[in-house]
Amino acid sequence: MSRLNVVLALVLVLCALAVIQAQHRARNYFVELERLKKEARALDEQWGQLQLEQSTWANPARVDTLARAQLGLVAPVPDRIHVETLVGAP
Amino acid sequence: MSYQPRNARAHQLLKLNLAPWRMATVGGLLLGGLVLVSARAFYLQGLNTDYLQGKGDAVSNRNLTLPTHRGQVSDRHGQLLAISTPVESLWARPIELKLSAEQHARLAKVLGIPPQELSKKLARKTRGEFAVRRPVTPEQAVNIAAMGAPGLYLRREFRRYYPAGEVTAHVVGFTNVDDLGQEGVERAYQSWLVGREGERHILRDRHGNTIRDLAPIKTAQMGGNLALALDLKIQYLAHRELAAAIATHKAKGGSVVVLDAKTGEILALANQPIFNPNNRSNYQPGLMRNRAVIDTFEPGSTVKPFVAAAVLERGLFRPDSVIQTPDNFRVGTKLVRDDHPHPQLTVTEIIQKSSNIGAAKMAMTLTPQQFWDVLHRVGLGQLPGSGFPGETAGLLRPPGTWRPVEQATMAYGYGLSVSLLQMTRAYMAFANDGEVMPLSFLRREPQEITGERVFSPIVAREVRTMMEAVTQEGGTGQSIHVPGYRIAGKTGTAHKVLNGSYASDRYLSSFIGMAPASNPRLIIGVVIDEPSDGVYYGSSVAGPVFAQVMGASLRLLALPPDAPETATRMTQSTPTVVAPTVVARIGGGM
Repeated sequence: MSRLNVVLALVLVLCALAVIQAQHRARNYFVELERLKKEARALDEQWGQLQLEQSTWANPARVDTLARAQLGLVAPVPDRIHVETLVGAP
Repeated sequence: MSYQPRNARAHQLLKLNLAPWRMATVGGLLLGGLVLVSARAFYLQGLNTDYLQGKGDAVSNRNLTLPTHRGQVSDRHGQLLAISTPVESLWARPIELKLSAEQHARLAKVLGIPPQELSKKLARKTRGEFAVRRPVTPEQAVNIAAMGAPGLYLRREFRRYYPAGEVTAHVVGFTNVDDLGQEGVERAYQSWLVGREGERHILRDRHGNTIRDLAPIKTAQMGGNLALALDLKIQYLAHRELAAAIATHKAKGGSVVVLDAKTGEILALANQPIFNPNNRSNYQPGLMRNRAVIDTFEPGSTVKPFVAAAVLERGLFRPDSVIQTPDNFRVGTKLVRDDHPHPQLTVTEIIQKSSNIGAAKMAMTLTPQQFWDVLHRVGLGQLPGSGFPGETAGLLRPPGTWRPVEQATMAYGYGLSVSLLQMTRAYMAFANDGEVMPLSFLRREPQEITGERVFSPIVAREVRTMMEAVTQEGGTGQSIHVPGYRIAGKTGTAHKVLNGSYASDRYLSSFIGMAPASNPRLIIGVVIDEPSDGVYYGSSVAGPVFAQVMGASLRLLALPPDAPETATRMTQSTPTVVAPTVVARIGGGM
C-alpha cells in the first residue's frame, strides 16, 4: 500500500512538471505569436506606405509631364496609326 | 509568596516601580493596535479582496485597443485614390513639460520653426495635453524620440492621403480630423469605409510581454475597401482638358462627365474650380462643390433630341419630314427666334442646325402630358440615383402648370433645369439603343445591371443618326472631330439667368456626345460656365474638350475605329495563328 502511494506521488510530481513544461511552452508560443502579429501589422502599414509612394510616382499628371518634357513623347497623328483587324475576331 | 530572591538588593533595583494602571494602559493600547491591524488585514484579505486584487491586476493586466483604419478607395484598375496610413504626431502635456534650453533649441530646429515661436506654442496652458505638430515626418519623429524630453509625446495616428489630389477631389471627397467622411464618396460610403476598433484584455509579465488573453478577443474590423468606377487615366484627361479650356476661355467654372454607355458607370467626373484634398488650409466651400452633380442649369439646345425622339415615337414625323420654319413663328405673344434662320428644315436638319423654331413647332404637336412624359422618362426632374451626397433632381414642372409658351421654350431648353450628370445619363437612351442603365460611382460587373427601356431601339438609332449629322458638314458641331471615329452629339448654348431675366452676355456652353456612333461605348457631357473671351458657342467652347477627352479615351480603351474614310489607314491582316503548345496536360480532360 505504501509502495503504491510512493509511486503515485512520483507520478503526480512528474505530471506536475509536465504541466509546468506545457504551460511554459504555451507562453513562449504565445509571445512568438504576438511578435508575429505585430510584425504583420508593421508590414501591412509598410505596404500601405509603399502603395502610397507608388501611386505618387505613377500620378498621371507626373507621367504626362515627364513623358512630354523628358522623353519627348507625343500622341501619334492619325495617318501614322495602323489599325490591325484580326480576321475572325469578335 | 514562597519565592525568595537570592539577592534581595539586586532585585530591588530590577523591581518595576510602576503603578498598575500604567501597565494596563500600555498593554491595552498595544493589544488594541494589534486588534486593529489584524482586523484591517482580515478585512483586506478576507472581506474586501477586490481592492488589492485590483491593484495587482492594474500592474499586470491591460486593456488594449486594437487599432483599425479606414478602407482604401481606388479606381477601377486598382490605382489608389485615398489611403489611410499611420503617421506620428507630437503632443505635449503642460504639467510634465520640462525642457532644458538646449533641448528647446534642438526641438525648434527639428521642427523647423524659430525658438520664439516654439515657446509660444508650448506656453499654452491647457489641462491634459495638446498637439504641437500633427503630423511630424518619420525623421522628425526619430529625432524627437531620441531627445527623451519629459512632457513630450509622440502619438501614432492614421491620416488620410489622396494620391491623385485635386484630379479626383470632387468625386472622392475628404474626411475631417475625426475620420468622418465630409464630402463625396467618403461621405456616401462612410459606414462601409470606416473600421471598428477591437479590444483585448491581456495579462503581462514584468517585461511587458503579453502572456495570455484574459477574455475573448474582440477583433478589430478593418474598414472596407472601395473600387470606384472611375478610370484614373480618363479622369486625368478630363481634368486636364477642362482646366485648359477654362483657362483659354476665361470661364468661371465647368464640368465634364464621362459615362460608360453600356453599364452606366461613371468613368470620369471632373469639375473646375478645384481644391486640394491633402491640404485644406484655405478652406473654401464653394470650390468643393461637385458642380456636375449638385448644380443645375437650363440645358438649352441639348434638350432638342428628346423632342425629336418624342415626335418620332408617336409617328408624328419621320426624320426626313419637312417642317416650315418661318422667322416670325409666335407662340402666344412670344416670338421664337433662330440665330441662323432657314425657311424650311427636315427633322434631321432641325437637330443638325439646332433650330429653335423647328424644335418648338415639333413640341407644339404634342400635348403637355406627352412631352412631359418623355422628359420624365429620360430622368429629367428626377434624382439620377448615383448615390452621391447632395445630388439634385433638377426641375421639371408638372404638365398641368405649363402655359403654351413654356411648352415651346422647353423644347429648346428653357424653363426646366438639369444637372450635367442627369443630362449625360439621359443621353444614354440614345447611346444604348433606348435603354438607360442606372448610374454608378462604383465599379460593377456587367451582369449585375438591368436597365430601363426609354425609347425603342429604332427611335434611339434614328435620333443618334441625327446627332451624328450635328458633327458633319452643315451641323452646329461640324468643327468637332475625333480622328478615326464617328461621333454623335448635340451642342448647347444657353443664356444664364441674372437677377430674374436672361443676361444677353452670359452663357453656359455645353456639348453632350457619344462615340463610336455605330455602337457607342462612351458618353461625354461637357458644360462650361460663362466663357468670357468672346467665344461662347457650345461647339467652340465645350466641343473641343469633348473631342480631346473622347479621342484619348477611345484610344485608351483600344476601341476599333468605325470611320474608315478618315485619314486612319486600315490594314487587314491575317492573324498569325500559333498552334497552342501543350505544356502539360492536367487531368487529361479537354
